[in-house]
Amino acid sequence: MMKIALCIKQVPDTTDIKWTEHNTIQREGVESIINPFDLYAAELALKLKAEFGDAEITVFTMGPAQAENMLRKVLSIGGDNAVLISDKKFAGADTYATGLTISQAIKTVLPDFDLVVCGQFAVDGDTAQTGPNIANFLNIPQVTYVKNFIEVDEKSLVLSRETDEGIETVKVKLPALICVLQDSYEPRRPLIDGVISASKKEIKVLNMEDIGLTPEQVGIKGSPTYVSKAFRNISAHNAEKHFLDVKDSVALLKSRLTELNKK
Amino acid sequence: MPNAEYSGILIYAQITREEYIHTVFFELLDKARDLSKKLGGVDVNAVIFSRSGLIDSYKESFQNMGVNKVFYFEDESLKEYSTECYSKLLVDLVNDIKPEILLIGATNQGRDLAPRVACALGTGLTADCIDLDINDKGQLAATRPTFGGQLMATILCKNYPQMATVRPNVFKVHSIDNHVDTEFIPRGINYALVDKSVEVLNFKKTVDLLINELDSAEIIVAGGKGMKNQKGFELLKRFADSIGAVVAATRGAVEMGLASSSIQIGQTGKTVQPKIYIACGISGAIQHTVGMTGSEHIIAINNDETAPIFEIADTGIVGDAFEILESFLKDKFDEDN
Repeated sequence: MMKIALCIKQVPDTTDIKWTEHNTIQREGVESIINPFDLYAAELALKLKAEFGDAEITVFTMGPAQAENMLRKVLSIGGDNAVLISDKKFAGADTYATGLTISQAIKTVLPDFDLVVCGQFAVDGDTAQTGPNIANFLNIPQVTYVKNFIEVDEKSLVLSRETDEGIETVKVKLPALICVLQDSYEPRRPLIDGVISASKKEIKVLNMEDIGLTPEQVGIKGSPTYVSKAFRNISAHNAEKHFLDVKDSVALLKSRLTELNKK
Repeated sequence: MPNAEYSGILIYAQITREEYIHTVFFELLDKARDLSKKLGGVDVNAVIFSRSGLIDSYKESFQNMGVNKVFYFEDESLKEYSTECYSKLLVDLVNDIKPEILLIGATNQGRDLAPRVACALGTGLTADCIDLDINDKGQLAATRPTFGGQLMATILCKNYPQMATVRPNVFKVHSIDNHVDTEFIPRGINYALVDKSVEVLNFKKTVDLLINELDSAEIIVAGGKGMKNQKGFELLKRFADSIGAVVAATRGAVEMGLASSSIQIGQTGKTVQPKIYIACGISGAIQHTVGMTGSEHIIAINNDETAPIFEIADTGIVGDAFEILESFLKDKFDEDN
């Protein structure tokens, strides 16, 4: 059986960010969503499972207790098992500490995994680092910027990936980790049967001790990087909005182009 | 705190499939020279991987750009980029020469390589920086956008080397006359490291890194899904031609088959900073705007007045892009005749 670990992240909906009067991000009341790229990762894992047949998907996420909702959502579209890696000591982890924590959870629950699937980016941090970090800690090859899979067998996976200059077809030996970019396919939506069976499934919860790590290895202490300053990026642009008819819109466009070209 | 064991700046020089040095290297080099001055004139060095017999063709570039030392790996097995092989060789080099700062271009390749190297070295990495500086304690202060560019964070690293990636076209290359006697230092290859767990079966070129008019364009006209169809992009092209602009697109438009991925702007495309950026039928998803908010003046045309693009535009025109551009072209035609 092919054992797939799918890693997802709970992120604040970045299209709906609200600011406090001190120019910090208001976290309360901001809706959390599954990182959009992770939905493409989930879809690719589900397509792989369908193609290979004998496969099982275990979904992992690191986060607070309410991240369970994200796990249930993936279970409802076809994930088999779910693991919530949750501990107050994980707070403030950078991508290095996060990579270590998730890789340890995979080693604990799914030591004989064949494939780890992640999204390419998360829309909040947008570092694209956690996937390669997990691969490094698991000591397995990685393929990033994956668009789709072409072939799969027990020992290897053939994938298309986006490079700086074009599209590569690569063959990777398993076990391996892949980071998935969005592609032309759309992630599936849950069906009512899926939602019902997902709500009955047990979610495994692991804390720091369960995965064999120490306080020095996780959270802020286990992170080589730290934020020294965070500030609101106030747009230097005016954000002036004009409601005009076509004729006046064209006139405005023309006058702006003329002014700006003179500069 | 600065660690006396570590000194100098090392920059990864990416070699493209067509075997030239990726332009992002020169952008990083320019910034590294500033950082070096602030660190009291430490060495600015480069590392390069290439197939056999190629290194001589790059020597002049390094000498003319004032690189102190170039560490090079030269072997037929390095012709194709391989995450495992390149990262292991780079980790060995860093452990030997101990640079205090390691900079890598945030290309797809760089974003694949850098986290793997940082993780293996047990150090931190700050991705996609828009500014690099040295703080009063002599540490690298790396500033990057998060939350879709709405929040900026300055990040420091406790361990060494301090690593950062920067996207192409973020830093400018200033012309310099700084010819130095660069030292070229060959590095041996440990063949046991040349693992072939990932094999490239096929490559289809879709992006020409050398000839990309977008890099130098003063005016860019970009279209999103709102340009709907081929006719919409033909209209954009005619409009762009009439004002001496270059056409670009969002990922959404590329995925609809309306434009080539080589002109895609944003998170998985290019970063541009033209004088004028005209966004037509673009909603303004952060995946797009991270690639263009550095433009001097942004004009947005969209019929949805709630589109987020208006938040970052200097001039927002709420209206139908098709009607406005057609009418603009008609007026211009009438004037010209």
